[in-house]
Amino acid sequence: MKYYDKLIFELSKEGRQGFSLPENTWAQGLEELPDNLKRTKRAALPEVSELDVVRHYTNLSNMNFGVDTGFYPLGSCTMKYNPKINEEIAAMAGFQGIHPLQPVETVQGVLQIYDELDRALSAITGMAKFTLNPFAGAHGELTGLMIMRQYHLQRGDNKRTKVIVPDSAHGTNPASAAVCGLEVVEVKSTPQGTIDVEDLRPLLDDTIAGIMMTNPNTLGLFETEILQIAELVHGCGGLLYYDGANMNPLVGVARPGDMGFDILHLNLHKTFSTPHGGGGPGAGPVGVAAHLTEYLPNPKVVRQEDGRYTIEGNDTAAGRISGFMGNFGVLMRAYAYILRLGRQHVKMVGPLATLNANYIKEELKDCFKLPIEACCKHEFVFDGLKDQSTGITTLDVAKRLLDYGFHAPTIYFPLLFHQAIMIEPTETESKETLDGFIAIMRCIAREALENPEELRSAPHHTPVRRLDETTAAKQPVLTFADLAAS
Amino acid sequence: MSFAYFPHTDEDIRQMLGRIGVKSLEDLYADVPAEIRYTREFELPDSLSEIELRRKFEELDRKNSRLTVFCGCGAYDHYAPAVIPALTARSEYLTAYTPYQAEISQGTLRYIFEYQSMITELTGMDCTNASMYDGPTAAAEVMLMAMAATRKKKRVLLADTLLPQVREVVETYAKYHGVEIGRIAQKDGNTDLESLCRELESGDVAGALVPSVNRFGIIEDLSGMADALHAAKALLMVYADPSALAVIRTPGEWGADITCGDAQTLGLPLLFGGPYVGYLACRKELVRKLPGRIVGATHDLDGKRAFVLTLQAREQHIRREKANSNICSNQSLMALYVTIYLSLMGPEGLRQVNALSYGGAHELHDKLIATGLFEEVFDRPFLKEFVLKSRIPAATLQQALLREGFLAALETEEGYVSFCVTEKRTREEIDRMLSIIKQLKP
Repeated sequence: MKYYDKLIFELSKEGRQGFSLPENTWAQGLEELPDNLKRTKRAALPEVSELDVVRHYTNLSNMNFGVDTGFYPLGSCTMKYNPKINEEIAAMAGFQGIHPLQPVETVQGVLQIYDELDRALSAITGMAKFTLNPFAGAHGELTGLMIMRQYHLQRGDNKRTKVIVPDSAHGTNPASAAVCGLEVVEVKSTPQGTIDVEDLRPLLDDTIAGIMMTNPNTLGLFETEILQIAELVHGCGGLLYYDGANMNPLVGVARPGDMGFDILHLNLHKTFSTPHGGGGPGAGPVGVAAHLTEYLPNPKVVRQEDGRYTIEGNDTAAGRISGFMGNFGVLMRAYAYILRLGRQHVKMVGPLATLNANYIKEELKDCFKLPIEACCKHEFVFDGLKDQSTGITTLDVAKRLLDYGFHAPTIYFPLLFHQAIMIEPTETESKETLDGFIAIMRCIAREALENPEELRSAPHHTPVRRLDETTAAKQPVLTFADLAAS
Repeated sequence: MSFAYFPHTDEDIRQMLGRIGVKSLEDLYADVPAEIRYTREFELPDSLSEIELRRKFEELDRKNSRLTVFCGCGAYDHYAPAVIPALTARSEYLTAYTPYQAEISQGTLRYIFEYQSMITELTGMDCTNASMYDGPTAAAEVMLMAMAATRKKKRVLLADTLLPQVREVVETYAKYHGVEIGRIAQKDGNTDLESLCRELESGDVAGALVPSVNRFGIIEDLSGMADALHAAKALLMVYADPSALAVIRTPGEWGADITCGDAQTLGLPLLFGGPYVGYLACRKELVRKLPGRIVGATHDLDGKRAFVLTLQAREQHIRREKANSNICSNQSLMALYVTIYLSLMGPEGLRQVNALSYGGAHELHDKLIATGLFEEVFDRPFLKEFVLKSRIPAATLQQALLREGFLAALETEEGYVSFCVTEKRTREEIDRMLSIIKQLKP
């Protein structure tokens, strides 16, 4: 197919229209507004027909790659299948038209979804109660840290201004801590990739608000010392925060609440199958242990004794973190997914995800450098090709994968390894898909030795080839107006 | 036990375990201490088939009331053309991740670039990011931006005429980030310039956030505010409904440094408050302080025009605790809704939406006053939303309307009742609502 290079603005022709609105029969009009409150220059939006719009965005979509297109082994992102029934449910006309400020008696069905999803997530994670208001994983982290701080502040414990974050943590962890007004203290990993308890010990004192952990961590390794870490952190008066980005391998197997975690967030767009949408909308519900429920942000859904649902707020809550009550459309999809799983199938999510990851690791570790030899969980990290004599980098390998119809893994993260390739297959991929991926990865490892140029200049078969990112950052062209002027 | 979302056969599992060199799936968790392995039954409902699942949600749907919406207060019942759900449901958009691999993400990158172009056009600003979670959190990020962009300042001012949820979210972020919040009083329904100037005397203000159309529906006159703030080395930040900006004076024209708001008004369903999409735009001098993703134009090895995530040195995955924001994603798919909506509407369609809303709102306003049951609160220009003093208690009024299927007369913190009319409302609906109101006694 020919490369489609249009922007919608380039299809525009003055006087063309793509909308249909009722005739205006009202007596009063915008001309009544005082001149100093009126816009002076018409906005240069496109003027296109309806079919122009449909063709344009259909053509653009053909240059995209989604989970429905092919295998997406993007580490830490849990790109599992997004069930179609969930889309249909979220699009049901009744829900679409509900105003967020409708009185509670008119939204009992909506509030029941909040309550039942809260209970289901609590059962799966071992927490006491959730807020479903956070919009994304990073937003959940921030909310969780606000709860952590609120807990200490409410106890008059004002000195606790530091939070411990492992060196392998997602970038959002330290950034969320900083936005929440906490100072980040880094704890090192052992050569085996887990938190170094001996490095942790001296950090613990009465200035520590808590620790943020991802378990399994970003190397896909279970933090085997978790019970000891929990005891130490609790012993110094701190709380344990669980970054749920890596919850998938534990679903049905173990619960963060049983490991001593006090606060956690989940990424419903990862573990609970809601589509990533090209970068959102997601949802980052935050669950807490029983002693922290009063600090969950407002507003909150409460189930009354008579079975009716109400929306309430309280003064000791960590405040308000969303305009209304989160991404309801995403919450519905996640709840639909949980109901399809039910108690019968939930136990297989983690084990099959873990099986898939270990299978790929074992099949490829003779071609790629495996820095830590261990049974991984949902993902694992290679440190580039085993034979790096030709100078082929992780970026080259990733770009070559695109030529073969696979999305690339996460690359250059975690920062512990210079050539990191982080692979997460998820439980929804079949052995045949994994075998196909493994064959291509082995083929690329061979190409690296036999025909390295082919890799350095990859990809060759994608809509566009490698981009000039340096110029993009040095001379930013961020709008059509910039483009027209450049 | 087979299940539609798990492709593994027993034979697959056996072969794969063999390759790994373990005997059972449990062995894959040998490193998880036994005392924290969960071996009990989960307290979850039984697995539902698709048929049962659909029935369950249909039952839940029936427990909600479908209302004719005559209110706004931060969520507006505008019309979304049929093209939007048809295109946004395409799985190439829906099931993709953040466009890190630009070579196979040109669809996402291109619509975000178009979205950025449209938002800057509407707001009259130079640049914007790839979208935010919602309006109130965008406002909180604007507060963080103002702190990062100014030196030795410790306060941010919020106008009393901002929506309460905007103030509350900003105040929450401010409390934990260590920013003091000051208030700007209103006078006759408009942010008071004198009150702003008094607050600026202390010299510690990083910026002030004021609405363009405020929570009373009034189109604010922001004359003199940019000058006052700039003289105090502080930023003017405007919270604006981007739909209205097609016809009313833009933040750019008021001299704003940063603007933000909720773009739910541009083609997104009400859906009980989310997903919506925030926007955040600024002058080009502040571009490197913007949170979140930004898409820029460039070219590929063959010289083809192409698009890519850019200016990433600002972001959390590079700067970690030194980043100004922890934002990692955007509301990408909702930005696509906005982009398609604005493509369809164009400048003329958006003007008509505003004209229809204005005409309907003013007719309702005048008819309500004519009943003798309501009094004017402010004599100021409004667009689609307005407040009145009601001689009937707000709760009585709201309940009476609710019984007949209308959502209207939401109560403000002052006890006024709030109404809103969009292009979806008809004269018949207005007259039906009035006939109910006329039967009420003060």
